[in-house]
Order: sequence, then C-alpha cells, then structure tokens
Amino acid sequence: MPAASAKISGLTKSFGSNRVLRGIDIELVKGEVAVLMGANGAGKSTLVKVICGVYQADSGTISLNGQPFKAQTPYEAIHAGVVTVHQSINDGVIPDLDVASNLLLDKLAEPGSGFFLKKRQIRAQAREIAASMGLNVDVTRLVRELDLADRQLVAIARAMTHEPELLILDEPTSSLSATEADRLFGLLNRLRDAGVAILYISHRTSDIQRMADRIYAMRDGEITGHFEQKPLDYEAAVNAMLGHGMSDVDLDIRSAGAEVLNLSRLKISAMADPIDLTIHEDEVVAITGLVGAGKTALSSILFGQRKSFSGTIELNGAPFSPRSAREAIDAGVFLCPKDRGTTGVLSDHSLAKNITAPFLTKYSNLSFIRRRKEGSAARETIQQLNIVCQSEHDDIGTLSGGNQQKVMVGRWLSQPSKLLILDEPFQGVDIKARRDIAAKIRETAKGRATIVMASEMDEVLEIADRIIVLTEHSVAGEHRNQDLDLKTVLAQVAGHRKTDNYAGQTESDTGMSAG
Amino acid sequence: MSNNIPDTGETSLTSKRTGVDLAIRYGFLTLLAGLLIFFGIAAEGFVSPFSAVFIFQSVAITGILALGVTFTLVVDGFDLSIGSTATSALMLSAYVMVVLEMGAVIAVIACLTMGALVGLVNGLLIVKARVPDLLATLGMMFLLIGLQRIPTEGRSISTGMTMPGGEKANGTFAPEFLWLGRNRFDFFIDNLVPVSVIILLLVASIVWVFLEKTRHGRLMYAIGSNERAASLAGTNVNRYKIAAYMISGVLASVGGILLSARLGRGDLASGNNLLLDSVAAALIGFAVLGAAKPNAFGTIVGALFVGVLLQGLTMMNAPYYTQDFVKGIVLVVALVFTFVLTGRRTGSNH
Repeated sequence: MPAASAKISGLTKSFGSNRVLRGIDIELVKGEVAVLMGANGAGKSTLVKVICGVYQADSGTISLNGQPFKAQTPYEAIHAGVVTVHQSINDGVIPDLDVASNLLLDKLAEPGSGFFLKKRQIRAQAREIAASMGLNVDVTRLVRELDLADRQLVAIARAMTHEPELLILDEPTSSLSATEADRLFGLLNRLRDAGVAILYISHRTSDIQRMADRIYAMRDGEITGHFEQKPLDYEAAVNAMLGHGMSDVDLDIRSAGAEVLNLSRLKISAMADPIDLTIHEDEVVAITGLVGAGKTALSSILFGQRKSFSGTIELNGAPFSPRSAREAIDAGVFLCPKDRGTTGVLSDHSLAKNITAPFLTKYSNLSFIRRRKEGSAARETIQQLNIVCQSEHDDIGTLSGGNQQKVMVGRWLSQPSKLLILDEPFQGVDIKARRDIAAKIRETAKGRATIVMASEMDEVLEIADRIIVLTEHSVAGEHRNQDLDLKTVLAQVAGHRKTDNYAGQTESDTGMSAG
Repeated sequence: MSNNIPDTGETSLTSKRTGVDLAIRYGFLTLLAGLLIFFGIAAEGFVSPFSAVFIFQSVAITGILALGVTFTLVVDGFDLSIGSTATSALMLSAYVMVVLEMGAVIAVIACLTMGALVGLVNGLLIVKARVPDLLATLGMMFLLIGLQRIPTEGRSISTGMTMPGGEKANGTFAPEFLWLGRNRFDFFIDNLVPVSVIILLLVASIVWVFLEKTRHGRLMYAIGSNERAASLAGTNVNRYKIAAYMISGVLASVGGILLSARLGRGDLASGNNLLLDSVAAALIGFAVLGAAKPNAFGTIVGALFVGVLLQGLTMMNAPYYTQDFVKGIVLVVALVFTFVLTGRRTGSNH
C-alpha cells in the first residue's frame, strides 16, 4: 500500500449559521485519483477552498505526508505542495501572455528573480516543462490563441512546476469536449504514475468511470459515501450524493388535467436525442438530472433565452417559440430561474418592487404605478409564503437567503400562469423554507402546469407528481411518483439512457417514447 | 457554495442604527441648511430674492444636464458626451439662425433632434456593438468636439461674422430664441425669474415623476440594479438603455439651447465645465436623503448645493479660481457620505 499523501479529518466550516462543512474525513493517496462528487451546494467548493488556503477551517486537521498542514493563504498552500486548478480555466492562465511566460509565471513573480526578462532562458525552461508534461504546444504562442483543452493543460502544467504532492482539479472538464478531455486524462495518467495524489471534482459519469481510483460522495457538508473496492460502485456513489432518506412529506399524487405543453422531437443540442414530452394542467413535473444534464437548457428554451436545435413546442395546442422573456411571460409561461443572486434578485429594491417587477403593467394605470395595489399584492405574497420581514418596504438585501428565495418564488406565483417553471427553487435554502416553498407550489398547482427542475432526489420526491430524468440533454426515464423504484431512477440519473439495458425495468417507463 | 450570505441578525441592530440612519438621510440637507444660515449671517446681501434667483440661474443649465446624467446612471451607464452634446447644440443653434438664416423654432427642433440622435448612436454603440459605456461616450465626446468646429473652420459664430468662403453671415439670433435666455418672469418682484430656471424646475419635476412614479422609471432602476434579473423579468433592457441615452442627449441639447440663448452667439470656448459640473451634481445627489442611487431630487439638491456654496464664497470675496477646488471637495465629501455611510447599512448584503 502506498503511503497516504494527505489526510483530512473532522474538518468543519460555517458561514454564520450556515454549516457548510460538517466534519469531513478524506484520505488522499500518492499515485491515486480520488473523485469527489456532490450536488450543487453540497460544500465541494468550500472544501477545496479550505484545503488550498482561501478559507480557514473552524475545526479539524489536515496532514500532508504525516506533517500537519494549515495554509493561511493560497500562496502558502502552493509552497507546501498543494496546488489547485480551479474550474474557470481563465483563472489559471493569463490569456495575453505566451505559453512560456504562463508556465513560468510563478517563478517570475518570486522576489529576487531578476529585473529583466531572459527570454531565451524562459523559453528553454518552458519547453522542458512542456515536454515533461507531454504538452505539445509551441511555447511562444499566446495562450488566448489556444483551444480550451490546451489552456487547461497549460494551467495544470503551470501548477506542476511547483512539484505538488497534492493536485486538486475542480471540474476540469466542464468546458471541454470529449476529445479535449482525452488529452487532459492522458496528462493526469502520467501525473498519477509519477506519484502525485489527485483530488478530482466532477459530475461527469465518463470522467469518473475512467479516472477514479476511489470515490467520495458528498452531501450537505458531509461525506456520505466512500468507495474504493474495485469495481467502483458508481451508482451507489450517485445514490449517496443525491440521497433519498425516506421523505417525511406525504404527497397526494394528483391525476393530470388537459395538455398544456407539448414538446415533439425537440433536440436541446445537436448531439442529444429528441425529446417528446407532454406536461398537463394541475400536475407538478419534476425534471431531474446531474449538472449539465439539460435542465437549465430546457428551461431556457421554454423561456425564450435559448434556441432549441430542432423540434417543435406547443402551448395549449398552438405553436410556441418565444424569442424573449417578455414574449414567454405574455404567453403565460413563467420561469423562476436558478441562482437568484444573479438572475432574480433586484438588490437595493424593496420586497414589493421585487415581487411586482415582471407584472408592472398590471399594477399601473397609464404607466403610473398604483402603489396601493402593488403593496397589497406584495403583502399577500409575504403572508402566503411566510416570508419573515418587517414590511413589504424592506430592502430585499436585509432578508436571509431562504426568505429571498421565497420572494423569488412568490413573484412568479403572484400572477396566474399557464406553465410555471422553477429551476432549482430550493437552492441554498434551509429545510423549513424548502418545505414552505414546496407546499406552496403544490397548493397553487391547480389550473396550471408546473415544472420543477431539481437535482437533489429528496427535493424531487417531495414535490413531484411525475418525475422525468434527463441525462446528456436527453430523456433517460419517466416515472410516476408513486411506488417508485428509486434504484432505477438513480441508475438513470447516473447516466444510463433509456435505450440501453435499463429500459423497460419499470412499468411507468413504458409510457414514454424512447426517442 | 452558492449561498454564502451571512445572517446579519437584522432586528437586533435596529436601535443602534437609527442614529446612523438619520445622519445618512438628513446629513446632506442639514449641511445645506447650515451653509445657508452661515452665509446668511456672514455674507451681506446673501439672503435676498435676487441672490436666490442668481443661484438657481447659475445652476440651471448644469442642473438640466445633470438630470440627463441621472438617467444614464439609473440604468448603470454613463454619458461622457453630455457636455459636448450641449456645446454642439449651442453651435448648431447659432449656425441655423446666423448662417442658414432660419427661425427660432427650426433652431430648437434641430438641436433637440441632434441631441436625440447623439443619444441614439451612443445607445446603439453600447447595446448593439457592446462598446463599454465610458468608451463609447468618450468617443462620441471627441467626435462632437471636433464636429462642431468643422462648418465654420474653427471660428465662433456671431452675427455678421465672415464665413470661410469670404461672404458675410447675414442671419441674426431670433428674438424669440434670445427670449429663452434673457426674459425674466415677474414673481412678486418684477423681472425676477429667468426662463432657464422655470425650465429647470419643469424638467426636474417631470424627471422625478417619471423615475419615481411610472413603471418605466421603475424598470430603469431594475436594470441598473441587476440587468440580467430585469431581463428575465421580461424587461426590454436594450430599449430602455437606448432610451436613457436619448433622454440624456435631448436634455443636454436643451442645456445647449439655453446657453446659446443666454450668450447670443455660438461661442466655441463656452461650456467647458458642463460635463464635470453636471456629473458632480448627479453624484452628489446620491448622498441626498440617503438614496445611495441616482435620483432626480438629489441631483437638483446637489446642483443647488454647489451653487449656494459658490455664490456664498463669491460674496465673501473668495477668488474665482478656488471654485473648482470647492466643487471637488463637495463631491468627495458627498461620495464619502454615499459609499462609506450607506455602505455600512447595505454593504453586507452584496
């Protein structure tokens, strides 16, 4: 057995009352790739930031080669041999410099490295580094002229100039194509053989199956699964990551009403299978899948923010292809987008102004806003969703995350819609707020069609009448949320399309077109 | 983590904050009142209707331009071309009347149209060509400063001037046009209030009502707060942004018309300070009533604040060359008010 390179034990970290890491134990071994999986908000990024010195842990220890390790800054971490390549490629490289300067940037930044650049020397050293990494690029080229994969490789090669003990990669393939990813894996294999311990954060099935020597599944700030027995049980890992502790919410599964939305032969992107799907009045349909499975892409198409590759959409029997949010809203299709901070919240605006923003024509006469009508509508939303605030005039910034999210959901519930789409409506909210929001969505669902995009299985089970699983922009399965075979659902989430050997395992599957 | 917003425990701090809140809300107005009292005692003749009207008149054109700046600030933009748009209107009105020998109405219409057009081009550059607002309007500023010199080959325009071709310009400033700059309405005292002050108050009221009371104003503020969120709430972001720059251009040309009417000649050298003064007024406006955002009332108070200070100091025989320094101090103090004090109130939420 090779010696442990890094050992993390009992690591905790809180932001205010929000406990993001609740006692993490991880062991990283020289010459092994450990994959860390976790849904959005599980705490992966926070964990990485604690290890590489951006945040300080509240308690717990990290040891590196048996020595205690506690980086106060990213600089210290790098010099102790812990190197991180962050998700956004351009954080790791400087696009306007050539490859050689990028590879040697940290050296150039060191004090005492001389005042003048020694170009020839730099290039020679850079070529050496590139060769040792198997990086086949001209070191005199500007990084911005390289494709994404090469940039990523340069970022990693640059990290490797520090001769790390531990290399952390945060979703390195998220913006790479399959062939680009292949080149990355080639490099990672060489590094692994060279005895580097690698912590690899990813959602991608294919990545994980190819690279993982062990898998840690993370959920709500805890490690919920650890797999090192070969062959690695990937489905169990997804299961541990998404979690499905029996939900204590009793749903009264409703039967569907008239057809509202009809997708036929809709392709989200060129490589995807066409989707045929019907959403009915009164029902709440949860669309689930891993990050990048196509949930947000689909909601963007339905809300006029993105074009489908091909296929048609019908709303109440009439062709529907909105070109803007306004057209979608006017047609009665509402979207409560994910990441409320960037896509929903109007900061420095009151609750009332946030709630009525999309519907101001309804609250104004000859363009003059009717404050009283607006106020009473806002108060109604506040009351219905139990939003904790002093009045509807409160600045939305004074509210907690959960209450801000309630305002966002309340905004789109405040007017009747034909189709309401909520993308990750439970993102970053506590369990109480989540229950409130879910209850309100179901309570008001009569008379409209509702789609909820969610990747956490608990959330899906708590809200859905019907569950649709997306994988790689294609439908992998469809289920009624009654006597559900969770194992099948999770297998589909983990990446087995309906068309392969999992097809037809459940009766409810047969209800949909295989595409 | 997508959500690292710390819980601030908002209720427990309420009582502590009232003091700071009061300072933020009324601090700047109190300062203005203090100034008025100080100059009232220290500067003889400061407290008189003529002095008040003079202050208003001195800030009228700046104030109108500042209201235009306010619009672009509301949509989180910036218009550097506002000063040169005003001087272009000044030159254009003179050219139309003196050289082309046309009337006041045509001159005014031509100026307003030019202002709208400049705003439209600014808006299109920013929205469609995705040029950053500061750079687009900086480019427009240079372009206009150059353009207004071309028709007369760099000469100022006055009645009876010699044109580049050698012939004399026979037109004159129409009396109706000069009325805009020189007439004074009776207000308790004969010939007291100039037209420009009336127009300032009128424009300020309309802008205030538009920004505060209509849904268009609300949506412009929404765009300034979070463009993407506003867009996903169904707002036509591009259209409102272009509209903001067009309003800015039109208000700048109104300022230029009034300046032209006051001077009675197309003077290339006038209006040098318009851009900085109007931007300063709009930014000082952030501090008024603790708004911490561009607003019409604040902009006017900001312009008046500078006017009061300069008038008072002048009456106390402060030399003219200290004026810009004084304006600079006021602006810096106002920015500290806005960003330090109100930052304490809302900064933790970003």
